[in-house]
Amino acid sequence: MLRVENLRKSFDDFKAVDGAHLAVDPGELVAVIGPNGAGKTTLFNLITGHLKPDQGRITFNGAEISRLPAHAICRKGIARSFQVANIFPRLTVFRNVQVSVLSQKHLSHTLFRPAQRMVVEETERILESVGLIDKQRSVAGVLSHGDKRTLEIAIALGNEPELLILDEPTAGMSPEETAATMGLVTRLAREQGLTILFCEHDMEVVFNVATRIMVMQQGRTIIQADPEEVRRNVTVQEAYLGGA
Amino acid sequence: MIADIVRSRAFVQHVVLLPVLLLVPAVAGRFYVYILAVIFVTGLLAMSLNLLAGHGGAYQFHHAAFYGVGAYTAALILTRTSLPAWVAFGAGPIAAAATGFVVGAICVRLNKLYFGMLQISLGSLIWILVLRWYSLTNGDDGIHGIPMPEFLSSATGVYYFVLGVVAVCLALMYLILKSPFGATLRAIRDNPQRCEAVGINVRRHQLIGIVVATFFAGVAGVLFVVLEGSVFPDMLFWVLSLEIFIMCLLGGWFTFYGPMLGAAIMVALRTFVGSYTDYWTLVLGIVLILLIFFLPEGIMGIHLRELVRQRGRRASMKAAE
Repeated sequence: MLRVENLRKSFDDFKAVDGAHLAVDPGELVAVIGPNGAGKTTLFNLITGHLKPDQGRITFNGAEISRLPAHAICRKGIARSFQVANIFPRLTVFRNVQVSVLSQKHLSHTLFRPAQRMVVEETERILESVGLIDKQRSVAGVLSHGDKRTLEIAIALGNEPELLILDEPTAGMSPEETAATMGLVTRLAREQGLTILFCEHDMEVVFNVATRIMVMQQGRTIIQADPEEVRRNVTVQEAYLGGA
Repeated sequence: MIADIVRSRAFVQHVVLLPVLLLVPAVAGRFYVYILAVIFVTGLLAMSLNLLAGHGGAYQFHHAAFYGVGAYTAALILTRTSLPAWVAFGAGPIAAAATGFVVGAICVRLNKLYFGMLQISLGSLIWILVLRWYSLTNGDDGIHGIPMPEFLSSATGVYYFVLGVVAVCLALMYLILKSPFGATLRAIRDNPQRCEAVGINVRRHQLIGIVVATFFAGVAGVLFVVLEGSVFPDMLFWVLSLEIFIMCLLGGWFTFYGPMLGAAIMVALRTFVGSYTDYWTLVLGIVLILLIFFLPEGIMGIHLRELVRQRGRRASMKAAE
């Protein structure tokens, strides 16, 4: 589904991503792990078009996407959440998700029809599935941190993605919130047949949830395999798990 | 959809408000009728700016340039050609929107403050062109004594024309802000990066917003010509752009009518305080300082904050049930 081949990106002299490889197949839950500064977020930004790669290829369902702008990549079926809660703080929770659904249905250029009654069912279904339906009328900026992160995922779902990319979905969460969020993610993957690519610091979470793991270090892919093999790998143990 | 509009509270308020405004010429003196018309025209200009500034989050720093383009286009057609007046009235907004499209297409390539700086430069270019092109525009003398059709010869006729056009424009703006496009525009204001990530072409939406807003600025420019019978280059000067920006902030730029209220305050200050002292802007300065400290979201912003609180309460009550 998603193929990343020999991807490189430098900022001035710093090689943020320096030879990353990644393959994601339909229905998988793939985790990217690696120490801070390993290039995980940069890799995600390259895939979703927020950054342009210096070298390498990214293909999605067989089509090259590495030169497309972010909004065009989203149209191909890749939606994402960000590392910091990235929502529309002044809009209501309902409107946050509705904007995304309207965009998906090519309705965001409609000028002279009230939006109030449009795509209500779709929006409410998404809010229902992530458990934010009770808060749909509050302004998004006043939500708790955990709810904001959940709302982010809900916004991404508004695009009816095939592939959902989550950049540290549980960053800054309490253990209870982490468990709830990962529960939500796995449930979404199962119920809606979503393919999910995520990065995460909590090793326990990663090894519990992921069907495949890619390990990055200094911008380079060290290994890409199922959790058992990653756990056994000597390089990974030295580089990353050794300290833990 | 029409039933929804008729049932809404906003509609009822307007049904009450409109007859009052229609009756004004019958009871008020000529001077007050004129001042009210000035407020409507300035308010329409400020509200058109607010489509971008308050609802779109764009740094539209030289909006007055498009107001001037609309006014000059109408004035030139009325004085230099024998075309009927309605052609001039229609051409003003279209010329403004076309200029908006060109300037906008260049500006949306840049972000935030850079967008604003580039727009000031391009707008000033239009201003200089109008100021120096004597053979066409009369330069800093402006154009005066612009001929008007018969029904606009009386002050009352002008007032009703301005009121009617402004009412139609406001209704259109209201519809646009309630539409999916309006919702998307506010989403872009809140978080352009997130918008890109949900598949919204941010630049294209901003450009459409600019074309719509500059069209309404052009309408305001035409109404100015109708009201004053003259145009001058100051209409395109950046100081006016700053003034209408202040009107938006003053009245509350996250609200619909805020800029109209801001325009009313500015025009009233200039007219009434200005008749006592040349330093009326001193009063404005003090008002602005107080505003920043006590009502950072503008005068109508308090209403907004109250609304948020009520909604929050209602939501928590529902959750508790």
